Amino acid sequence: MKLAIQTKDFSFTYPKTKEATLKGINIPIYANKVTALIGPSGCGKSTLLRSCNRIHDVYPGNSYDGEILLYDNNGEKAENILQYKKENDLINLRQRIGMIFQKPTPFPMSIKDNITYGLKLSGIKNKTELLDRTEIALKGAALWEEVKDRLNNSAMGLSGGQQQRLCIARAVALKPQVLLFDEPTSALDPISTASIEELISELKNELTVLIVTHNMQQASRISDYTGFMYLGDLVEYNVTETIFLNPKEKKTEDYITGRFG
Amino acid sequence: MNRLLLNKIVITLSTLAALMGISFLLWILVTLSIRGYHSIDWHIFTTDLVNNGLRNVIIGQFILAGIATVIGVPVGMMAGIYLREYGINSKFAMIVRNLSDVMMSAPSIVIGIFVYGIFVVPFGGFNGWAGVIALAILMIPIVVSTTDSMLSLVPQELREAGIALGASKAQVIYKIVLSAAKIGLITGVLLAFARVIGETAPLLFTSANNNFFSFGLSNQYPSLTVSIYHLALFPSQTSQNLAWAGSAILTLLVLFINLITRFIFKPRKQK
Repeated sequence: MKLAIQTKDFSFTYPKTKEATLKGINIPIYANKVTALIGPSGCGKSTLLRSCNRIHDVYPGNSYDGEILLYDNNGEKAENILQYKKENDLINLRQRIGMIFQKPTPFPMSIKDNITYGLKLSGIKNKTELLDRTEIALKGAALWEEVKDRLNNSAMGLSGGQQQRLCIARAVALKPQVLLFDEPTSALDPISTASIEELISELKNELTVLIVTHNMQQASRISDYTGFMYLGDLVEYNVTETIFLNPKEKKTEDYITGRFG
Repeated sequence: MNRLLLNKIVITLSTLAALMGISFLLWILVTLSIRGYHSIDWHIFTTDLVNNGLRNVIIGQFILAGIATVIGVPVGMMAGIYLREYGINSKFAMIVRNLSDVMMSAPSIVIGIFVYGIFVVPFGGFNGWAGVIALAILMIPIVVSTTDSMLSLVPQELREAGIALGASKAQVIYKIVLSAAKIGLITGVLLAFARVIGETAPLLFTSANNNFFSFGLSNQYPSLTVSIYHLALFPSQTSQNLAWAGSAILTLLVLFINLITRFIFKPRKQK
């Protein structure tokens, strides 16, 4: 199986804290699979996710340790993304690894401009190509039918679920290798949640998904692999079925059966 | 029973206080309207101060405040952007933010004196540019503070979302953050404009006054507020009527600008 990302003894410390938030994490993220990170609040799962596109770097003073290897499309050559120093390298990284946030984050512009914003940043100027890629992205996020007649309307007028799908379309438009989802459905109603989950399952044909979720049913429904994290450690990682049906660690079992967390 | 009684007392007292506040406002508006109504006619808008009209001083006031806005808004906004997006909580940013807040409550006459010392005395006399600078100085901290607080209302996720798509920090600020805060920023500019257009003290001994229509900012320059000040003190009925008319016009103007800001701020707020 091809690897997309692999962390090696990865530790992370927030500024002005003595103790590391993540301690020596080793986790493989396989290409074209959905990997879920679960665990109680404060276990570090979001911190790990946010390390993968170095979004932490928006705030100064964090320290990374160890390696996060990002593989090319063939799963052969890998680069340690923690070595990137220049803004240009980080910009390239973020175009390869997209991110979806907990709250939908449409930009205050039209639906079309939301999609073309990232494309223009990546250097596409041709108008027909921009429009084509917009259509493909919106279709890919199952939003095209709902918005095709109002592409020039403000994205702020969409419902929460539509906004979240727009954000996914916006990220998918850049054809990233990996998409990071940070609790993408926790602000949405059940119907929107179902459509996002369906979308994630379809997306893995084209890219790799890493998702943080509080909702264990969600993890079991959509993921192929699951990692259980607790207090900055990766307690257990395995095929999702094994984690939920046959966990090896007592902690994991306690968490998924709802005894704590 | 005691609680109900206390409740009634508090409601009565606070209602009375509210009525008192609003009655002064109404009193001012009614007086200005009555006195102004009798004094305002077309003659005022078509002739200059020298012929007992207000045309040159109204236009002069707008020119002074307008140029001050052109200078003050970019400086204030850039500083506000620095404070919120780049400095955030650094020591330097904290100092600038606090100083700017102090500046905002600085008495405007003090700013007038300062500009008198820096731009009037060395240049050999009252001039319009000195008035412009005084108004701009008055305006900058207001714009800094509104920019700072309007940008702080833009959710952090929006910035992260821009960064996560591969935008640079500058691109995120100028394309996403500013447009998310657009309405608030425009409101801030209008309120700052409304604030300086009614100022007298910073103009009193910087641009002083001029009886004639003028575009020459290097000489004494006409302004409505300073004219009101002089006219009201002048012992003639015509001058005093003109002062009332000027006050009414000025009040309506400021009221109008404030109403516009309400108008643009409201309809989109719900979304």
